[in-house]
Amino acid sequence: MLDWTIYVTFGGMFLMLFAPARSLTAIRSLALLTTLAGLTLAIYGFLRFDPNAGLTTIRKLSWIPTLGAQYFIAADGISITLVLLTGIAAVSGVLFSWNIEHRAKEYFAFYLALIGGVYGVFLSFDLFLLFVFYELAIIPKYFLIAIWGSTRKEYGAMKLAIYSFVGSAMVLIGLIAAYVIAGGKTFDLNELANFAFPEKFQYWAFPLVFIGFGILAGLWPFHTWAPTGHVAAPTAASMLLAGVVMKLGAYGALRVAMTLFPLGLQAWRHEIAVLATIGVVYGGMVALVQRDFKFVIGYSSVSHMGFVLLGLMTLTTIGLNGAVLQMFSHGVIAGLLFGVVGRMVYERTHTRDLAQLETMNLGRAMPFAALIFVLAGLASMGMPGFSGFVAELQVLIGAWRMYPTLAVLCGAGIVIAVAYTLRAIHRSFYSGEPAPANASALPPISIPERVGAVMLLACSLAIGLYPRLLLDIIAPSWDSPLMSRLIMR
Amino acid sequence: MITVLTLLPLLGALVIACIKRESIGRALAFLVNLIALAIACTLWARFDSTSVKLQFDERYEWAPALGAQYFVGIDGLSLLMILLTCLVIPFALVAAWKFERASNTYTALMLSLQSGLVGTFTALNFFHWFIFWELSLVPAYFLIKLWGGPMRAQAANQFFVYTLVGSVTLLLSFLAMYWATKTFDFIQLAEMGRSGELTSKLMLQLGWYRLSTESLALVIFAGALLGFAVKVPLFPFHTWLPATYSEAPSATSMVLTGVLSKMGVYGFLRILIPIFPEQMRAMLTPLLWLSVATIVFSAFAAFAQRDLKRMLGYSSINHLGYCLLGIFAAMKYTGTDPTLTLEKTAALNGVLLQVFNHGITAAALFCFVAMLEHRTGLKYVDSFGGLRQAAPIFCGLMGIATFASIGLPGLNGFVGEFLIFKGAFPLAPWEAALALLGLLATAVFLITMMQRVFHGPLQKPFVDLRPGEWMIVAPAIALMFGLGICPNLILKFTNTTVANFAALLAN
Repeated sequence: MLDWTIYVTFGGMFLMLFAPARSLTAIRSLALLTTLAGLTLAIYGFLRFDPNAGLTTIRKLSWIPTLGAQYFIAADGISITLVLLTGIAAVSGVLFSWNIEHRAKEYFAFYLALIGGVYGVFLSFDLFLLFVFYELAIIPKYFLIAIWGSTRKEYGAMKLAIYSFVGSAMVLIGLIAAYVIAGGKTFDLNELANFAFPEKFQYWAFPLVFIGFGILAGLWPFHTWAPTGHVAAPTAASMLLAGVVMKLGAYGALRVAMTLFPLGLQAWRHEIAVLATIGVVYGGMVALVQRDFKFVIGYSSVSHMGFVLLGLMTLTTIGLNGAVLQMFSHGVIAGLLFGVVGRMVYERTHTRDLAQLETMNLGRAMPFAALIFVLAGLASMGMPGFSGFVAELQVLIGAWRMYPTLAVLCGAGIVIAVAYTLRAIHRSFYSGEPAPANASALPPISIPERVGAVMLLACSLAIGLYPRLLLDIIAPSWDSPLMSRLIMR
Repeated sequence: MITVLTLLPLLGALVIACIKRESIGRALAFLVNLIALAIACTLWARFDSTSVKLQFDERYEWAPALGAQYFVGIDGLSLLMILLTCLVIPFALVAAWKFERASNTYTALMLSLQSGLVGTFTALNFFHWFIFWELSLVPAYFLIKLWGGPMRAQAANQFFVYTLVGSVTLLLSFLAMYWATKTFDFIQLAEMGRSGELTSKLMLQLGWYRLSTESLALVIFAGALLGFAVKVPLFPFHTWLPATYSEAPSATSMVLTGVLSKMGVYGFLRILIPIFPEQMRAMLTPLLWLSVATIVFSAFAAFAQRDLKRMLGYSSINHLGYCLLGIFAAMKYTGTDPTLTLEKTAALNGVLLQVFNHGITAAALFCFVAMLEHRTGLKYVDSFGGLRQAAPIFCGLMGIATFASIGLPGLNGFVGEFLIFKGAFPLAPWEAALALLGLLATAVFLITMMQRVFHGPLQKPFVDLRPGEWMIVAPAIALMFGLGICPNLILKFTNTTVANFAALLAN
């Protein structure tokens, strides 16, 4: 059933090509309906999923028999969590791009193609298929930024594309090498993972593939595409970029690099954990000094993704649970933050310069945006009661087990997160300057924005207050033969 | 019942935040507080003061994978805190409405603060407790940031970041303990702490740079200690407090000093000492001296203040220092000699009394400052003078509160401080003797303050309190007399808890 999320989304994309270019209503409705259908399917799959069944095969067809490539769609708790996240992010992204008028048809077509590719990556268990979907998700990003973006959009788009393709190339080399060494018969992840690759090969193949994926996850020091890309992208694209695309990288690193090359993982895990922690602390410190509102959020994403990568490196059930939960949590919260900054603030005030925003007293001019940003900021800084807390808590517990020093450093990272969030809240909304005369001229926050913001916030709160919603399906995933090899006992 | 008491104000806050009309919002908030107070009184009436068990407990699974349970219950200590919260919050709310023209957002934030406080004082599982501990931080931050004085932004940030650093180290410590013991349950952790199982498990699960068992446990302990030491505050972690109290709107300062500052003391008694008795003892000498430093330095610092609210802030640090002195002195004795055990119980009882009394008295003092600010817009000692001629009622009532704060016998402050010193002298004579210096300095600076504000030539015209205004402080004044004359109202239900606690501290 879950594979229909892919078909529906690509179906919506094709229908979009035939939509009347003049009728914005038709285009928007089609986009909304498609993403809503995807979300409904994701929720349905989530509710129907039996967590104890482990890895559930959904479709397995032969595709290119000479290569051994299959059309192999399956899901476990990790996939379902991320598919659910994709559904949520997709719907809210459409709601936040309701005001797109310039070439709206193409915009939403690219948008849906991106979403379809992301669904595909999260559900593929054949590496060939996974890689196809992975590339499919990267290409639309370039156009979304280059055509509809702002602030040095060509630069941002090109940088992002180059980083992504370098990453993909590294992944591809590693995967082909693994395919060849394993006998060149299959791309099936389960079978490849069971093949004992020679240690020497794993020693260089693991970092190649892990970093290849890690680039997209914002692994320090390969993160620099992320802030510029986020800033240049139109609102919905930044929401997706931070919300889902960065998760593609983390997911690939977890699902492919770590399962295929366990010996390589053992050899490199310390180094990567250190890089992840540097990402947490450094990303936060850079966010602390940004002048552009969107850059603050962009670097905070780097910092939060550091928690994901550190969680992966803990190799304990609880740390891995935390990593997956943090992927979900950050997807929702970063989406919301970019929504507020990009859509609610920037498209009304036409500036993201904190020094200028300071003079506008936006807390008075748009109280709803201020409230949402405050709540999202609290969620982002890991306030208990929101999803970020539950996720970071588990990552830190896992880190205490493996890397106590890094756990303490990440604690400092949380304090820095508090500092940059408070700074952003203060300078953008509550600097206390008297409002200029034209403050009331800002257009009011529209209904789609309100719905999208409340939806994302509700997700974060629901997981924060009742983490079992997701933990109950994520935790059993580590018992499957594929994933259980990661856990160090 | 506790769940209702915890969540009702939060629910009220959500509703009030959506209401435009102030009169309706206030009526609703008042109703919520009446119900909360009624529940608190019911708890008090139905509390079995002879039992050492946790009462009215509720326990549900929350997230078993994380060891999180919804687990609440109260003993004498929690009950005391709940009563204090449910008394101070309506007091502050009425003051805010009357003297600060508080909007509905202000009211809503205050109510969510109440939820956070009640939750903190009743939760018995770390995961659950931490949510409320942090929940109380956020509304306080916005109350200061949005309604405070000219330096409010800096003060709010300082308050938030200081407290949060403590919270993060506390969190890290508990996460390490969770990894070692697989539980967040305060009671289970306390049992493991007492039997020494906690330290050995930490060592087994957590080896860090080949630290020895003791030093590893000390590091974990230090993290937790910092969280509470900042909150109380203990010298030298107190620097955030004067700025915060001074910039916060006075009604918010009433809650900050009345209840929020007690969270730290509560944390010491409920969490830190039961879970880390060994480490606490190992660090007792420095801690004792730090508490003495807190008492003495803050009293002298208060001398130098011109800003009334800063002065009261330092006075608050000073008064909470006595609580810590009492706690640490009681920790010092581990034998089972009945006389000394009695002193120990006396000191701890004094601590609890002091917590409650200071909550009421300090809140009342800040309320008087709110009145001054409301009438004149000023808060500096030397902007006033001669108020006694113009406003006898105001000065009479504020005089009572000031004397209660000084510790005049017959008023509430005396009993607590007396019991603390009575207990502390035999157990830690030198420290207690030095702390007396602080007691003396407190008396001097508070009387000087009165002299400068009440006496001398009248500087500006000042209207005396109207009946509607002095009615606001009347309950607090009544409590000062009531508890001063009959401290048993409180000792009655805390004594069993305290005696049990004192027994647990003995080897």
